[in-house]
Amino acid sequence: MAFNHKHLLGIESLSASDILTILDTAESMAEISTREVKKVPILRGKTIINLFYEASTRTRSSFELAAKRLSADISNFSKSTSSVVKGETLKDTIQNLEAMNTDAIIIRHASSGSPHFISSFCSSSVINAGDGTHEHPTQALLDAFTIRQHKKRIEGLKVVIVGDILHSRVARSNLLLLNKLGARVVLAGPPPLLPPEFQHYGAEVMYDMDRALEGADVVMMLRIQLERQKRIFFPSIREYRSLFSLNPERFRRAKRDAIIMHPGPINRDVEISTELADSAKSVILEQVENGVSVRMAVLYLLLGGKEREIPD
Amino acid sequence: MKKEKIKARIMDAAKIKRAFQRMAHEIIERNRDLNNLVIVGIRTRGVFVAKRIAKLIKESEGVDIPVGVLDITLYRDDFSDMGEQHIVKKTEISFAVDKKDVLLVDDVLFTGRTIRAALDSLIDLGRPKTIQLLVFIDRGHRELPIRADYVGKFLPTSRRERVKLQMDEIDKKDEVQIIEPAGIN
Amino acid sequence: MKYLIKNGRVIDPASDTDETLDILIENRKITAVDTKINDDTAKIVDASRKVVAPGFIDMHVHLREPGYEHKETIRTGSLAAAKGGFTTIACMPNTAPINDNHNVTSYIRAEAKKRAVVNVLPIASVTLGQNGEELTEMGELISAGAVAFSDDGRPIVNSQVMRRALEYAKQFEAVIIDHCEDPNLSAGGVMHEGLSSFRLGLKGIPASSEEVMVARDCLLAQETDTAVHLAHVSTRGSVEIVRRAKARHAKITAEVTPHHLVLDDSLLEGYDTNLKVNPPLRTKADVISLQEAARDGVIDVIATDHAPHSRDEKLVEFDLAPFGINGLETCVSLILDRLVHKNKLSLQRLVEMISTAPARILRLENKGQIRPGADADLTILSLTQEVVVDVNKFRSRSRNSPLHGWKLKGAPALTIVAGKIVYP
Repeated sequence: MAFNHKHLLGIESLSASDILTILDTAESMAEISTREVKKVPILRGKTIINLFYEASTRTRSSFELAAKRLSADISNFSKSTSSVVKGETLKDTIQNLEAMNTDAIIIRHASSGSPHFISSFCSSSVINAGDGTHEHPTQALLDAFTIRQHKKRIEGLKVVIVGDILHSRVARSNLLLLNKLGARVVLAGPPPLLPPEFQHYGAEVMYDMDRALEGADVVMMLRIQLERQKRIFFPSIREYRSLFSLNPERFRRAKRDAIIMHPGPINRDVEISTELADSAKSVILEQVENGVSVRMAVLYLLLGGKEREIPD
Repeated sequence: MKKEKIKARIMDAAKIKRAFQRMAHEIIERNRDLNNLVIVGIRTRGVFVAKRIAKLIKESEGVDIPVGVLDITLYRDDFSDMGEQHIVKKTEISFAVDKKDVLLVDDVLFTGRTIRAALDSLIDLGRPKTIQLLVFIDRGHRELPIRADYVGKFLPTSRRERVKLQMDEIDKKDEVQIIEPAGIN
Repeated sequence: MKYLIKNGRVIDPASDTDETLDILIENRKITAVDTKINDDTAKIVDASRKVVAPGFIDMHVHLREPGYEHKETIRTGSLAAAKGGFTTIACMPNTAPINDNHNVTSYIRAEAKKRAVVNVLPIASVTLGQNGEELTEMGELISAGAVAFSDDGRPIVNSQVMRRALEYAKQFEAVIIDHCEDPNLSAGGVMHEGLSSFRLGLKGIPASSEEVMVARDCLLAQETDTAVHLAHVSTRGSVEIVRRAKARHAKITAEVTPHHLVLDDSLLEGYDTNLKVNPPLRTKADVISLQEAARDGVIDVIATDHAPHSRDEKLVEFDLAPFGINGLETCVSLILDRLVHKNKLSLQRLVEMISTAPARILRLENKGQIRPGADADLTILSLTQEVVVDVNKFRSRSRNSPLHGWKLKGAPALTIVAGKIVYP
């Protein structure tokens, strides 16, 4: 069960066995967060940088807590506080940070492929906290952890992911992970946001949400991003809501013990009705809690129990 | 290149049983208030040793001592010795340790580093009143100032040998073995 | 200086020649072409076991001077061209300032005359500032030395403007070269839109963004009875449109780059910015279709679209890297190894696409052919020499080639321009 990776760039490079190792380790990590002293010394002396070029309080603070619970030192850099504003390139920023002897860099960036790019020249471990529309591996991992907690397994489940699939790195990472673990994935959304090419990556593509939800074990709603110019992709929020919003009537088509998930932050009454968001079926808050455990597991597996490589 | 082989079998099932019984009586003797005692076994074999001790105390005094499981992977400091990264399993202690007399239990006491990690972990979990240490085998070669309160057997060994407490629960028999490691003689 | 090039396999599609011949050159001209020439006053160049072709002409090159000399200059670009076996290059006008007036055109010609080792022919822009709205003074630009017109780098989006440009250029018999792209369809895209782009999470440029404009240009060329040259065609849809237009006798000529003839979008897995190019690398099926079209003549020309960028500019996140592949020094070896040696393109057809046809399209009367009286521009090739591409040995100022480390069989051996050996 050895975890032989230096970086976590995406789900793509993980085997099913790697994923299970992370999930199993996360279980042990979860226990630490229930103690009064929520800390273990395993990553003491390690230096981790949170480098967030995109706004995010949720993922960033989740990683920060995970690092601190493992006793690592972590520092936050965001786009506005760094010299990016002064025009410094990503490469220069990373090299300057590394000059301070970092062990790991957690990066969220708007350009797909940026974690790959920086891993080619930096010696720290690189952890992808979301790159453009490419991948968001820790989100998929915490989603799988949450599903497993409720359903005891992933294999054979019908998981339906609804929304703006085209622009969603969460959808892509989840799709890859669920396929590796043997689940059946159905994607639903309006055609401009759901290219048929996704069928080549192991998903069924449906434009009719009601049909898609039949017999679902897990319903994962994606955020419709109102920041981008979405007028081109669908004509109005009103129309989107009537066709693709998760409301109680629609949800009845899923299995009786189906769970509702969302990577957050949610747009109440746009992608999901308020009552469902707050219902017992919704595991949205657990996802957040599990995020810390899963990220602790990732940090431990990448950095724990290893001596720092001293370059020749 | 030699394969690893058993150099000596030091204790058989009968001797092991007697050692356990003796230790159980020592514990009962020294702990006036058994109701304040809790036992914490260190994964993996320490847990089975702990459970046997708890069973013997119950048989003798009729008191149910709670047993918890401690995983100390996240507190270790000896990674270069360990080689590969260790899988971390759950710590399962369902009772509070505050103000309790904790009996920490492990199968073999060697350098003392495992016990040091266990002490750190216990103290992060709460504030015990006292901590006592029970080990089945003390094989010497301490690197830290740690000593056990209850010992099943003192066993002088050379540093490179391995000592194994085989237990019926895992290995289908009770036996203490000294093992000569693989390699050039 | 007199040279006698002996015993080479002379391939000249213009005269339908493919045989072992000797060539005598003197004072910038070819003076004799025959089976056995004897001339004791000439210096012998032994071309046995080599191919001798009319000097290669690259009609789509970005020389970056004036304005972007950190990427390339007229001189360094010409050195790269000579090493790549090219005797003439035509340079695109998207410099700074843009070549939309005779001052810039004259500057380029003068600088080339002083410092370039190959023939450098300026292509001027179709519209002022390449803004796609107002036409340039084409007559004056031609007098200053422009050989064709293009807004390359950008498409000419307004069809009315394109039509007027075609009609106006007719009087000079100058060709307009269009970069076919609908910027609304391609907006924000950084690679071909398809399976690979969805996996990599990169915004795609759909094939339709090129095909929509190819169709438009073919229709306009037909309607106005003018000549249009389509730059860097990259999709099989475009190939089909051109095929049908040619069948209707439209005056369309089309060009393809060496990278589009060989590389496809599956190579972008590692986010290598040296593969980021516009139009983007398409699918394997498109590559096969382009190779077919090269063979059967639907595509007339191979041109590199040599686009140098400095190392720092390419060493950034994929989204931010500029588009462009450095191609002058690798083109010939790549085509020889991957197409000619694999029987996907004949040698004769290669020479036709890279010398005969460009000369005809740019109306260079004394180039692209081997006959007495033609300019002494010759490209001599070794079909067997093995090279390993090493970007650090490039003559170009820039290193942005995705072929570093590739082993290729076949390379230029000798390049002669105006009767002088300019490479090696």
